[in-house]
Amino acid sequence: MSKVIIIGAGPAGLSAAITIAENGLDVLVLDEYMIAGGRLLGQLYEEPNGNWWNGIKESQKLYEKAVELGVKIYLNTPVSNIEKIDDTWVIYTNTETYTTSHLLLATGAAEAPLPIPGWTLPGVMSVGAAQVMTNVHRVKPGYHGVIIGVNVLSSAIAMELKLAGIGVECIALPKMNKVTKESGNPMDVMNSLLHVSHMAPSTFVKLGSKLMKNEFMKKLGISFFPKSGVKMWDIPIMLRKAVIEIYGDGKVEGVKVATISPTGEVIAGTEEKIGADFVCIAGGLYPLAELAAVAGCPFYHIEELGGYIPLHNERMETTLDGLYVAGNITGIEGAKVAISQGITAGLSIIHNYGLSNQEAAIQAAIHHIEQTRKEAFIQFHPAVKEGKQKLKQHWENHRNSKKLEILS
Amino acid sequence: MTRRIINHPVLDKIDETNVISFTFNNTELRGLKNESLAAALLANGIRTLRVHEESGTPRGIYCNIGHCFECRVTVDGQQGVRACLTPLKEGINVSSGETFLTSVRDWRSENE
Ligand SMILES: Cc1cc2nc3c(=O)[nH]c(=O)nc-3n(C[C@H](O)[C@H](O)[C@H](O)COP(=O)(O)OP(=O)(O)OC[C@H]3O[C@@H](n4cnc5c(N)ncnc54)[C@H](O)[C@@H]3O)c2cc1C
Ligand code: FES
Repeated sequence: MSKVIIIGAGPAGLSAAITIAENGLDVLVLDEYMIAGGRLLGQLYEEPNGNWWNGIKESQKLYEKAVELGVKIYLNTPVSNIEKIDDTWVIYTNTETYTTSHLLLATGAAEAPLPIPGWTLPGVMSVGAAQVMTNVHRVKPGYHGVIIGVNVLSSAIAMELKLAGIGVECIALPKMNKVTKESGNPMDVMNSLLHVSHMAPSTFVKLGSKLMKNEFMKKLGISFFPKSGVKMWDIPIMLRKAVIEIYGDGKVEGVKVATISPTGEVIAGTEEKIGADFVCIAGGLYPLAELAAVAGCPFYHIEELGGYIPLHNERMETTLDGLYVAGNITGIEGAKVAISQGITAGLSIIHNYGLSNQEAAIQAAIHHIEQTRKEAFIQFHPAVKEGKQKLKQHWENHRNSKKLEILS
Repeated sequence: MTRRIINHPVLDKIDETNVISFTFNNTELRGLKNESLAAALLANGIRTLRVHEESGTPRGIYCNIGHCFECRVTVDGQQGVRACLTPLKEGINVSSGETFLTSVRDWRSENE
């Protein structure tokens, strides 16, 4: 039986492992991928101070530090199920079954799909898939592609593709339908784009964010938004055209686009084709929390955090004894926030283990998460803070109802 | 291997010397040791990993990180292996997934 088990060797899981090992507890980390680092591996961007955030290097640093401290990391090990038997967490993998009293879930996030006719053609992939192919495996997803979905992640990855010498024909919206609702409506997308403005070294988004503070200006922006798009890193971003279909015979050959009205309706007779040998779909991220669900954690849907969140407190404890969460499973944010959450979870585990009193360190770590959030370079949702506040309220309510249960 | 990004303006140059061979649907191919099977196949220009069990339409990778199960192939007789999570080893024999019954998480079809 390992003292502590962590599922996920991303920035959250590795940071937690380092914190725990530094305090003398032995830790086992399980991850299904072949390299440690999680989604940090693919990240690459220039920070405002001119330094490059190189996800491969950052991952290596965390991995090496963990190994140096004696953390055991088993890669290529998918966890299929967890359950609590008596006082022990049992973790089922493709090979062995492991047990522990303290289990941390740091499984990260997944990408939501956008249903667009033709999405099953070989050559259509999630935008994160293209990021991993390009930056981690260093194989071009194709020579010239189209990105469907305009959001923080797709803008960042479009730039990364360009950096690697891969052509990006355009970033366009998906046609609006039941599921794509918000991501297909130019107004909503414009709203969300106002929060990536600091990433655009050029033109529109930067200008736009200053100009479009009020609703009227935003509507004006959409109506006057040129149909051919405005360019970011030389890539046209089209908010007035939507992809209605991906076409090709056995593989991607291109997309059909059409002009849309400011509210997202397709204008008949405006269809045209754009040739491409790959297509990326950017539907946004949501917390990957299946294991918390099978364990029996209560969940709350919090839009600002990206979806259904397993109930937890600021110390990264869930409502279940010995079960902790950290990283994007608690809400979609950047890797630096995930790291600070991992450290917090690690300290909580040491504290609860009874080895040493970590109260002061835990409070400092919680404060550090908030600080990191405030200074974050990439923010996936502008109201993350409010989302966290909602979660805190749910936690209080839960605790109070538990107290009542005990009293009655 | 023109699909490979050997030199990159920010990232380190990659080591392309550790070349090994493997087969896909009985064709001998080359790839880099320990890269993902999905990457090795794409570097060889191969996008279609299998055909859909019922409709017969071709399928390739989608998420590239183990979530969607679109990239299932058979490796040395073992079915349902995710190509995006499998490190390439010398001499492995890979083939397009055969028809088999499993509870596939086909989470996208529900949204169509
Ligand atoms: C496709 C994608 C691209 C992203 N790109 C960016 C970006 O460019 N910039 C940015 O700031 N943020 C990006 N993010 C957000 C990213 O989630 C965070 O930046 C950060 O990596 C979260 O860290 P984490 O440790 O919580 O999870 P992750 O980094 O996702 O790590 C989770 C790890 O858990 C493993 N895992 C999950 N489930 C299991 C299981 N059942 N069994 C075994 N192992 C499991 C995974 O293999 C993975 O290694 C991206 C997210 C995704 C999904
Ligand atoms: S491509 Fe999604 S699991 Fe491999």
